[in-house]
Parts: sequence; C-alpha cells; structure tokens
Amino acid sequence: MDYPATHGAHTLHDAHHEELGFWRKYIFSVDHKVIGIQYAITGLLFLLFGFTLMMLMRYQLAYPGQPIPFIGNWFAADKAPGGVMLPEFYNQLGAMHGTIMVFLGVVPLAVGGFGNFVMPLQIGAPDMAFPKLNMMSYWVYFLGGVVMLASFFLPGGAAQSGWTSYPPLSVIAPDGQTAWLFGMIFLITSSLLGSINFIVTIVQLRARGLSYMRLPFFVWAQFVTSFLLLLAFPPLEAAGVLQLMDRLAGTSFFLPSGLVVSNQVLTSMTGVAEPMTRAGGGNPLLWQHLFWFLAHPEVYVLILPAMGIVAEIIANNTRKPLWGYRAMVYSVIFLGFMSFIVWAHHMFMTGMGTAMSAFFQTTTMIISIPSVVILTALLLSLWGASIRFTTPMLFALAFLPMFGIGGLTGLPLGLAPADIHLHDTYYVIGHFHYVVAPGTIFALFAGVYYWFPKATGRKMNELLGKIHFWGSLICINLVFMPMFIQGLGGMNRRMYDGGMQYVHNADLLYWHVVIGYASWALGLFQLPFIFNFFASIKWGAVVDKNPWEATTLEWSAPSPPGHGNFVTEPIVYRGPYEYSVPGSATDFTPQFEPERV
Amino acid sequence: MNIPYTVEARPDTGLPNGKLGIWLFLASEVMLFGALFSSYILLRVGAAEWPQGELSVPLGTINTIILIGSSVTMVMAWASLKMNNWGRHRLFLGLTFLLALVFLVNKYFEYAEHLHAGEGPEHSTFLAIYYTLTGLHGLHILGGMVVMAYLLGPGARMWKTEPEQFTNRIEYTGLYWHFVDLVWIFLFPVLYLL
Repeated sequence: MDYPATHGAHTLHDAHHEELGFWRKYIFSVDHKVIGIQYAITGLLFLLFGFTLMMLMRYQLAYPGQPIPFIGNWFAADKAPGGVMLPEFYNQLGAMHGTIMVFLGVVPLAVGGFGNFVMPLQIGAPDMAFPKLNMMSYWVYFLGGVVMLASFFLPGGAAQSGWTSYPPLSVIAPDGQTAWLFGMIFLITSSLLGSINFIVTIVQLRARGLSYMRLPFFVWAQFVTSFLLLLAFPPLEAAGVLQLMDRLAGTSFFLPSGLVVSNQVLTSMTGVAEPMTRAGGGNPLLWQHLFWFLAHPEVYVLILPAMGIVAEIIANNTRKPLWGYRAMVYSVIFLGFMSFIVWAHHMFMTGMGTAMSAFFQTTTMIISIPSVVILTALLLSLWGASIRFTTPMLFALAFLPMFGIGGLTGLPLGLAPADIHLHDTYYVIGHFHYVVAPGTIFALFAGVYYWFPKATGRKMNELLGKIHFWGSLICINLVFMPMFIQGLGGMNRRMYDGGMQYVHNADLLYWHVVIGYASWALGLFQLPFIFNFFASIKWGAVVDKNPWEATTLEWSAPSPPGHGNFVTEPIVYRGPYEYSVPGSATDFTPQFEPERV
Repeated sequence: MNIPYTVEARPDTGLPNGKLGIWLFLASEVMLFGALFSSYILLRVGAAEWPQGELSVPLGTINTIILIGSSVTMVMAWASLKMNNWGRHRLFLGLTFLLALVFLVNKYFEYAEHLHAGEGPEHSTFLAIYYTLTGLHGLHILGGMVVMAYLLGPGARMWKTEPEQFTNRIEYTGLYWHFVDLVWIFLFPVLYLL
C-alpha cells in the first residue's frame, strides 16, 4: 500500500502548507472527512448492489422457474441457464445479500462513513488519533469487498451457505466459501483497526470543556459501537481461522465424525480415503456459538449508530433538548454490556438444552429494556414540540415506529416456545429487516440528508427527498409486513421456489408476488435519491456553516471543513442539546458559544 | 495540523494516544485467543478420548524459558532508553530479536518432527487445535519480529530527532511482546502438560 511519506507530528504539521496531489487528497487521503466520504459512497454502492441481488431473488420467488425478464441472458450457464435461476445461484444470492448488506453496506456506512466524518467534528478534534491507520482500515475494507465480489466468478460461484456460514454445509461447499472466509478476515481486520481508532479519538481528542456527559448522543453511540466491534469481532476471526483449517488443512473442528453427505460417509476434505473418525471429532455447534458471539453484538453495531443519528436529528428538528439524555446514555452502555450475553437466543432450535435456553431467554428479555428506554426517550422528545418536517426529520420520525415494530416482533423470538414455531419462517426475515431496513437504513438516509450540507456546503433538494421518503416508506412496509403473515402461516424462509411444494403454503404464495412488485417499486423510489445526491453536489442550494441552526460542534466548522477542521480551537461551554433555552434570544444555544454575562 | 497527545500524555486520562491504542489492540487479541482457548475446552470436553503426552515437554520448556527471557531483554531495551544508554538499548533489542528467532527455529524442529511422522493437522482434533493455536501464536511472534527489525533498522533514526516518541514506540512494542509471551505461558501447560 502506498503511504504518504509523513512521519510523526512534525511533518503532519507541515503537511497543510503544501498542496496535496490528487491521489493523496482524494484516494490515499489520511483526512478523516475524505475517508468518511469514501466509506459512505462505497457503503451506499454496496447497499445498492446487495439490494439488486434481492430484487433478482424476489423475481424467482414470485415467478419460480420462469426466466428473468430483460437481464436473464446476462447470466452464465452455471447460474441461470436460459435466464432461469438455478437453486445454487439463488443460495449464492441469499448468502451474499446478507453478507454484503451487513458487513459491506450498513456497517461501513454507519460506522466508517458517519462515524469517521461526523464524530471527530462533533468532539472538536482536528482528525482521528491515527490518520494513517484510518486510511489503512478503509483500504483493507475495500480489499475485503473486492474479494467478496470476485468470489461470484469462481468455479461453483460465491458462498452459498447463508450469511451465517453454518457448518457442516459451509465446510463442504465449493471454493466460494474459502473466498468468503478470506474476505471476512479482511473486513474484521478493518473493523478492528477502525474501532481502536474511534475509541482512542473519543477518549483522547475531545475539545476543552467537552466532558463525557456533554458528548452528543451520536458520539456515545459510536463509542459503544466501537467497543462491540473491538471485542466481538475477534471470536469470529478465530472461528474463520478454524473453518479455513477445516476447508484447507483437512481438520474437522466443525465436522462431526461419520458425517453422511448424499448417502455417503464423508471422507477427509484433503482427499485421504478414510472416513472421518478422528479422536474427538468436530462440533458444528461450536461454529454457531462463535459466530453468534460476534453476530449478536453486530446487531447492535447496526442499530446503535442509527439511534445516534436519529437522536441528533430529533433534537435539532423539535428545537427541544432530548428527553432523558442521561437515561439514554446509561441505556446505551448497558445495552453494550448485555449484547455480549444474549447470543444463544439465535440457537434455540439446536437442542443445546433447556438450562442454556432459560438463561438466554432471561438475558434477552432484559436487553429489551434499555432499547425501549432509548426509543421511549426519543418518542417523548417529540411531546409538545413544534416539529420542523424536513426530509431528515421525516426519515428520523419513521425510524421510531419501524424500529418499534422490528423490536416488538422480536420478543416472541426471544422466548424458546414461540421461537421453535417461528424460527425457520419468514417471520424472522420480517422481524430483523424491520430493525435493519426501515430502521437502520432509514436512519442512515436521514443522516445523509442531515450532514450533506456539512460535507459539501450545499443542501439536498427537499421535494426529491420527500418523494424518496414517502415512496420508500410505503413500499418497504409492503415488502416486510406480508412476511409476518407468511411466517405465522408457517412458510419456510429458505426455499428457492418460495415453498410451493408445501400444501400449507398454498394460500400464502400470492404474497410473494405482492412483495416482488413492492421491492421493485422500492428500487424505483431510490432513483430520486441517487439523482438528488449527485445533482445536489453541483446544483444544490449553497448554505452557510450552520443551515439547520444546530447546537453541536460540527456546525461551528466551515462547510465543508478544511484540513484540520476548525479555524480556531473549539471550546465547549455546555451540553449538546440546549434548544429553546428560556430567556435566550435565539431558539438554539450552541455548545461552542461562550457565556454572555 | 497537529494531532494532540501523540507523545505527551493527556492530563485527564494520563495516557498518550498510542498507549491507549496498544492496550485496546491487546484487548481484542485477548478475545481472539480467548475464543480459541474456549474452542479447545469445548472440543476436549466433547471428545470421547483425548491424546496426552504427544508433544515434547523438554522442547516446550526450553521455548518457555526463551520467551520469558526475551520479555526480560525487551524490558531492558526500554529501560536502557529511559537511562539514555543507546548502546545497551541496541544490545537488548537485538537480543530480544535473536531470542524470538531461536523460538521459531525450535518450533520449526518441533513441527518438522511431527509432520515427518505423518502427524499433520488432519491426524487428530488435538493436533488440529495444536497447529492452529501455535501457528497463530507463531504468526504473532513473526509480527513482533518485523516490528523489532524496523525499530533496529530504518525506524532507529527517530531516536535522533524525537527520542521521547521513539522510547514510547519501544514501550508499546514491549507491551505487545509481553502479551505474546503471556499467550505462550497459557499455551504451554494447556497443550504440553494437561
């Protein structure tokens, strides 16, 4: 990798005197704002790509066995001969949709993008604590993305054992799975480097006067998120190494002795013609424990930055302080701790025993409390406010009921008796997509509209924003609400033909067509956003440094902020959300405004 | 632009950036090896039989002594800088590097012996976890050696221009090195003795 030849603080100090070339300014930049924008744009592109995979799958579910119209001929014969999707290809699309959306789309956009761009500005720092490490985490992430995308072109295609990569299926899958594991190791490394950087920056580089209880809630959310990434990802890295050993070195960590595949006892992966009866044969459950030890905290990695964004936007557009800021901060910390001891509620179906189930049901019920506290605080913040219905505010407001539906439908899944009925059905898909899609992704859209003026110095178009919002809101509910109906009816969630061979699904199949049309319409409603995004960079209304009349520190820097961010060293005088202070001349009193005597 | 607290400590936290960074990195490393040790326990508890005494205890003991020794020389390398004794620092850092190398050579003989006897990672779950754990630990040793080689070679110039930051770098490398040492102190009884 091509590092800029800066060494230590002295040369960094000199760096802003010289004009940087194109490559060092925009491609291999060490500036947190450029890296944040790189993360955000890459993340948005991956979200679009992951969504495209899903739109293809939706056609297969709505019209099983029929050739995909218009683009069906583009696919190779090992994926969709004559445009008709093969089951293997469907499985690849499913596994890669999950992987791309979670690890390459939402997390890079929420943490890498917004965290990188906004957090140092909000704490009044000139940059991240380790700028070169920051650049490296972006490029390692990028490399991971390239490996994931390239795996589609391997013989046998991309990974096809679900985004969870459960063994033994994943161990005996084609080479795409090996690429998936290497890709994941890159992505994990990138997250680890990033999270160390975030924590050190928040602890060490806060501006004078910015105590922990004066931090904007967004910074708190990023702080807790970084700890989750730091401590939850290494176990998945360990699990990835073990699975690679299984696939490449012929070990059997996850393959039980005497495993039968296609009516034959499986022999060693390295081709040694002996049945796999080894001392202490493997344990498939071990993978699930290691995987969910990461992947449950990962759920909070997906949702906490979204809550942070929504909190900022709600405070700003209600022109009121957040209701219960301290309770929210304590809740988010508690949420972080608890998220490490709920993982096995994903495993009630594995027969791990009632004692284990009882423990994890209890912790799961407990963890819902802080989530409800945060959501309630955000809801009560609206009380009695004269709300400004700007585009970011509309997305932030929609987040509340959408995340509410997602969260509340999760409660039955946290209880083993209900989960056993619902676990392998579309109900689960509906539940977590309500959390992540109209929940987190709406919050991320809100963040794009809200901080766009800070990044570019121009506002995005409000009318296009509102078309984008209302279209997306209606379509996304039409996509995910019917899944609850299908799931409660018992429709299995992993059938490539939508489960048409089962009688009990017969009355539910037409919902696949409804969901299909809704998802393609949802795709169309993203076009105003894409156009708005690029057009506003050039033609958007020019704004000053604080267009939303907000109180937090990022709005004291120029729009866009220059290298080093602040013109003068920012000093913080008060808490983050001093809106409508009685006796004040304006309805907002920024953190950076000195006391008037 | 100047990033604050790269060398001096922030008054209210008492830490420079790098020191907090290396501790956080080590926390994630604890989780990495913690997950592998947990996997070891789970596999062993679930196994009907578990081989014992397959590894050479003398070789393991020698390697343990070598690594503990290298931790001592690492501390001396740092302390020499604090006492402004550049020559002694070079000596002790070089010694640490050398001990790390001896550790790996020793490990190579151990691996080679098993592989020649047809005892690769596919032979048994015990050997599988043995190769995985010691292999990953060996990669950490190698990583430490790369950093030490840099600090002995091109990185050593910093002592002339910014002695305080260079001393900090040696300290952080030392913290990492002690961690790698500590992992071995867990690995040795778990794999060789129990």
